[in-house]
Amino acid sequence: MIQHHLILRVVTKLLVGTIIVFALYVQFHGDFSPGGGFQAGVIMAVAFIIYGIVFGLEKVKQVFPAWIVHKMVALGVLIYAGTGVVSMFLGYDYLDYGAFSPHHPTHGQHWGLLIVEFGVGVTVTGVMVAIYYAFAGRPPAISDEDW
Amino acid sequence: MTLYLLAIEILSWICIVGGGAFAIIGAIGSVRFPDFWSRLHAASVTDSAGMILLLLGMCLQAGLSLITVKLILIGVFLFITGPTSTHAVANAALVSGLKPRDGAPEDEK
Repeated sequence: MIQHHLILRVVTKLLVGTIIVFALYVQFHGDFSPGGGFQAGVIMAVAFIIYGIVFGLEKVKQVFPAWIVHKMVALGVLIYAGTGVVSMFLGYDYLDYGAFSPHHPTHGQHWGLLIVEFGVGVTVTGVMVAIYYAFAGRPPAISDEDW
Repeated sequence: MTLYLLAIEILSWICIVGGGAFAIIGAIGSVRFPDFWSRLHAASVTDSAGMILLLLGMCLQAGLSLITVKLILIGVFLFITGPTSTHAVANAALVSGLKPRDGAPEDEK
């Protein structure tokens, strides 16, 4: 019975790293191919959720503790809003990415979009994993003996 | 050269239409078959034959490019995850007490 989920465990170990690499690809190639912060965040969260489903909630909480998840939810919004505040301090409008490279506004827009999308990805990852932890960590309403 | 391109085109469309036919057959089978195990079998036809033929046809359409590499990667991962998910579903059904029946169905004897 210990080896019961052997196939699932082997395939999951094979896939988790690949899913994370794919999430980073979607994150940082969002301006060249379909993707962006939201999709990358969900894919990144899927890597942790699939690990938690197959290996158990305790194992995934050792890798990705709940306090880090909760900090990530706020950190992403902070990165997004902070980008806008920094551009305001540089004398431009809120979230005017031209501020980051005054002589070459297109480059500044590239940088700004990259940072803002990174913030979106961090928040979405945190929210998805936090929802999974909240559902999976709930004590069962009916135990197995009650059936 | 044009003959070569025509041959590639014909081959790729044979693959795509064949893959689509397998997918439709799999969908009909997973609705119309009588019990869980034969439905699972029908769904796995879509997974293997239909997926391989469709991706092969699209690879031939794309030629030698980055898209072909991405299609091959999609094929490799579907090749790993499809049978795994079928295994997980069948395993869960077997553990929860659904046994495959042998011989003729009882209600049609």
